[in-house]
Amino acid sequence: MTSMDIPTLAAPTLAQPRRQSEWGLWVERHRVLLVLAILAILPVALPYPALAINILIYGLFATGFNLLFGYTGLLSLGHAALFGAGAYGCGIAVAALGLPWFVAIAAGIALAIFVAAVIGGLAIRTKGVYFSMVTLALAQCLYFIFYQWTSVTGGESGLRGVAVTKIGVEPLRIDLLDPYQKYYFFLVFVAVALAAFSRILQSPFGSVIEGIRENENRARASGYSLDWMKWMSFVLSGAFCGLAGALNAIHLGIVSIETLFYTTSGTVVMTVLLGGMGTFFGPIVGAALFLSLEDITSNWTSHWQLIAGLIFIVCVRFFPKGVWGSALARFRS
Amino acid sequence: MTDDIVLNAEHVTLRYGKFVALGDISVAFKTGELTSIIGPNGAGKSSFFNVISGARVPTEGKIVFEGRDITGLPQHRYVHAGISKSFQITNIFPQLSTHENVRIAAQATVAGKNFWSKRSKLVETGEAADRLLEEVGLGGAGHRNAAELAHGQQRALEIAMALACSPRLLLMDEPTAGMSPEETKNMVQLIERLSASRTVVLVEHKMKMVLGISQRVIVLHHGELLADGTPDDVRNDPEVKRVYLGQRKQ
Repeated sequence: MTSMDIPTLAAPTLAQPRRQSEWGLWVERHRVLLVLAILAILPVALPYPALAINILIYGLFATGFNLLFGYTGLLSLGHAALFGAGAYGCGIAVAALGLPWFVAIAAGIALAIFVAAVIGGLAIRTKGVYFSMVTLALAQCLYFIFYQWTSVTGGESGLRGVAVTKIGVEPLRIDLLDPYQKYYFFLVFVAVALAAFSRILQSPFGSVIEGIRENENRARASGYSLDWMKWMSFVLSGAFCGLAGALNAIHLGIVSIETLFYTTSGTVVMTVLLGGMGTFFGPIVGAALFLSLEDITSNWTSHWQLIAGLIFIVCVRFFPKGVWGSALARFRS
Repeated sequence: MTDDIVLNAEHVTLRYGKFVALGDISVAFKTGELTSIIGPNGAGKSSFFNVISGARVPTEGKIVFEGRDITGLPQHRYVHAGISKSFQITNIFPQLSTHENVRIAAQATVAGKNFWSKRSKLVETGEAADRLLEEVGLGGAGHRNAAELAHGQQRALEIAMALACSPRLLLMDEPTAGMSPEETKNMVQLIERLSASRTVVLVEHKMKMVLGISQRVIVLHHGELLADGTPDDVRNDPEVKRVYLGQRKQ
């Protein structure tokens, strides 16, 4: 008969190619739970929980960015716009419109998706470095619009009054002034997002974007619309980055205009490169490393970015696949 | 009358500025035949291939596939219409497994845009990939990274990918380019096997190889149709002799 009765043929093809050990397969299959297990002990393991909250938020932001950069192979330099749109969408909903927190988070994601649809729709018409430049330029446009639109965004001084302090989800009462409660409240969203992210990677779409990263011509000749695939990847990436931005707005109680500045885009590129592009856990590792680095070095000197930059260069030199990516490569061989 | 015509190129002209790459070529390809397009370098073979595979839109003329005008459709729509191709330069997904390469190609017409279902549940695409790898002689190589394969194997992989969408017309651009004599022999056997049950159009410049396996040969020269007929017709055509031999003796 056909290959129907051989079980390995129907096994997830993501796991099959790399000739992984049983152990490797097990890790691959339970990657979401494993990541969540590590994130669950993070605030206890780190010196203070505020750092853990930042790792959670920037880890999610970097994960969303990784969908486009690491999996689809498109380097966007405008992801600050998506993170910022999430933050402002959520912030405006709370501070100006007085909407409840869950509506505000949804509004943040929706605004980020909208911005991603517009920027992505324009940028995918270009390739390579032009793509990066177009995303950068469009994101800067958004920055200046929000900078000037003081009545809605608060302009230069930022959007103040994003006050979400107490949340009642029957029968729980969550006090967001307590950093631990805040962390685990955010972790619920990150958990759902990571599960969804993993699911996207396992979908037919997930394999096609990797194909586009590997060889655009072949993907097109195989019958895929590159425009549609790239645009969809951009939009989905926007949803994750938007959620991260929305959580950041609630976390800080303010949205600063720098959120939209191009340095935010640069930071997320560094984070993903540091952790390992195109790996599931890499962006979170990258966020943990980058933020810890910032945390430690900024105690010594106000020029901490100089030190961070040097360490970044060393890392890229010796771990071209990122810290986690290199660890994975060693683990697999 | 049109039933046995799978693809009809009607008065196809392709110009780059003033340069005429293809000048008013009309060819009808018959279902089930292996047709080869040959010609010396610069004859317009690749231009013609690009036009019938959707990579280039002809300046004038029409491409009619199974009675439907598909001129100017985006390239990926050609695959959905039923035309598939393999490239002259190897085009694969190097860092993905050989199996995954074919599986992605097989999934295009089934569930390409789906970003929510698990692709492991699409058992039929996985099975199609296994079957096609077997067919092109890569049965045991499914788990290997495509980049690790030898050149000839990569070409075979590419053909498996081209077949994955179950095309009703398979276009191949110089499938033996850059191959060793041994690899060429294997490829020729593969093409013969594939063409037994499929419609194949082959673009080649190795005349000898083509004459051995084709049912019909089309000769292009300076962007124009020089000869069209059985391998024997073409072999004895004085014009073809002049173009090919004349060129070689210079």
